[in-house]
Amino acid sequence: MITESLVLSALLFTIGTLGVLIRRNAIIMFLCIELMLNAVNLTFVALSRVVGIDGQLFVFFVMTVAAAEAAVGLAIIISIFRHYETVDVESFNLLKW
Amino acid sequence: MTDVLFYMFAALALGGGMGVVAGRNPVASLLSMVLSLGSVSVIFVLLEAHFLAAVQLIVYAGAIMVLFLFVIMLLNLGHDYRPDLRVTLWLIAPFAAGGALFGILARGLRATGAPAGADSPVDTAVEEYGAIGAIARPLYTEWVVPFEITGILLLVAIVGALALAKKRV
Repeated sequence: MITESLVLSALLFTIGTLGVLIRRNAIIMFLCIELMLNAVNLTFVALSRVVGIDGQLFVFFVMTVAAAEAAVGLAIIISIFRHYETVDVESFNLLKW
Repeated sequence: MTDVLFYMFAALALGGGMGVVAGRNPVASLLSMVLSLGSVSVIFVLLEAHFLAAVQLIVYAGAIMVLFLFVIMLLNLGHDYRPDLRVTLWLIAPFAAGGALFGILARGLRATGAPAGADSPVDTAVEEYGAIGAIARPLYTEWVVPFEITGILLLVAIVGALALAKKRV
């Protein structure tokens, strides 16, 4: 089951990456980043079966960082929406070259 | 039995993930995400990580997803059905990334030998201290400094989110 979990995690990570690359809605891109974090968590849990309990601890930390990241990111999205009235990432390209 | 459950919820997790990417309506995407997170939490249970499964459901599928839903509804994005796909040559990149990740994992697995689930170190720890004690014991002894730093990180995130979302910056 560990190998299957690793395959599932790789597939979920791929779907998340795909979503970040092809969607333009900032909130959906953000959701896809959460999906990638979740895939990595699954890898940690699966490998903790082999390596030891430390993998599960790391998942704990990843979840905390994901929560903090969601709070700050959504605050940024809200403040951008106030300015541009949209969450389409094509509309705000100030930092793009 | 376990294998059937695993494949069922793995399929649900993948379907939910695809729903996130394919959904036109942000709310539908978000509900697919909740499905995917819930299925992964079931897989956590199957991998004997019971505490993490509960935390995944409560914190991820509960709190974080409600935060997302709140923002979507606050910004009134639920009515935007215009297609927003940006399909370019970059489509190859995620598949390459996923393939590379899987290749690294497969190489690592081959190096350590086929992983045995039966006499895993996690099981002995859980048997000795219980499902929560097995995680809590190293968390509060060996990893106590990262744990405290995580607390500071949460404080910074609270202050940052309040400062960013304020009306006048």
